[in-house]
Amino acid sequence: MKDIKIEGSPKTPIIEFNPSTGYLLVRGRSIPENSIDFYKSLIDALEAYNINSQPDTKVDIQLEYFNTSSSKCILDVFKKLEVINSGGSNVVINWYYEEDDEDMLEAGEDYQAIINVPFKMIEVEEK
Amino acid sequence: MEKGNIMLSFKGEVTSDLLTSILQIMESKMETLDESPKIKKKVYNILVECLQNLYHHIDEDDVSTIIKENSALFMIKKEDGEYSIMTGNFITKDNVDSLKHRLDKINQMDKDELKDYYKEVLNNGEMSAKGGGGLGMIDIARKSGKKLEYHFDKVDDYHYFFSLNIKVAQ
Repeated sequence: MKDIKIEGSPKTPIIEFNPSTGYLLVRGRSIPENSIDFYKSLIDALEAYNINSQPDTKVDIQLEYFNTSSSKCILDVFKKLEVINSGGSNVVINWYYEEDDEDMLEAGEDYQAIINVPFKMIEVEEK
Repeated sequence: MEKGNIMLSFKGEVTSDLLTSILQIMESKMETLDESPKIKKKVYNILVECLQNLYHHIDEDDVSTIIKENSALFMIKKEDGEYSIMTGNFITKDNVDSLKHRLDKINQMDKDELKDYYKEVLNNGEMSAKGGGGLGMIDIARKSGKKLEYHFDKVDDYHYFFSLNIKVAQ
């Protein structure tokens, strides 16, 4: 399986996914006008990964901003992770938010309420 | 438009490049004003949703071409420490009732009800081809912490002008 490495841009986040270590990172801003296109490769890769997943899968979500169009795609990513978690891999999603950013903490809690995967809310210092 | 400290205003066609520029300008302006990261993020987030609403709305086939060319108005101002974001765009008569119904529904909800409604639409709502999916207004209402002020003005037998005024709670 191939790694995914997508560089960040002013409207899209860095995405790194390594199927051989079971590590996924999404970091930066996610505010594209069309997020379905942007997230497609990751969603496909997670689907393929589910067939041959690692015993542990670690996910770091470090978003600064995301739009509502991305929020649906992020939910789709988490739904794939939910399937992977109920299969052969223990998935943990680390949701990072900057101190004082209640909106980002709440957004993480919204996903946590919908998705049946262990979430860790991690507060970080403001940049 | 109302007086006050207008930070940026725009009238015309909304393109993807324009959105990028407006967001960059506003981000550097807020940097200069030394806003708290919390307010900066809220305003930025609401801006993204408003502008993308305008952007997605503009290519609707049923709004006539003549109207489309001058299709959107946008303004952001800061007065007595409070940000307000105003948008305006043309919509067809057929869409007025459903939009009004949606806004009224959102305005009747308190913070917790909005949170539940957001989760419901996020989880069950269908994603539109443009990627909207009806979450935008709910998200704007949640982040602004205030009721959405809106107005519909009749333009002709087929079109209305829809204006939205969003205030950002401090």
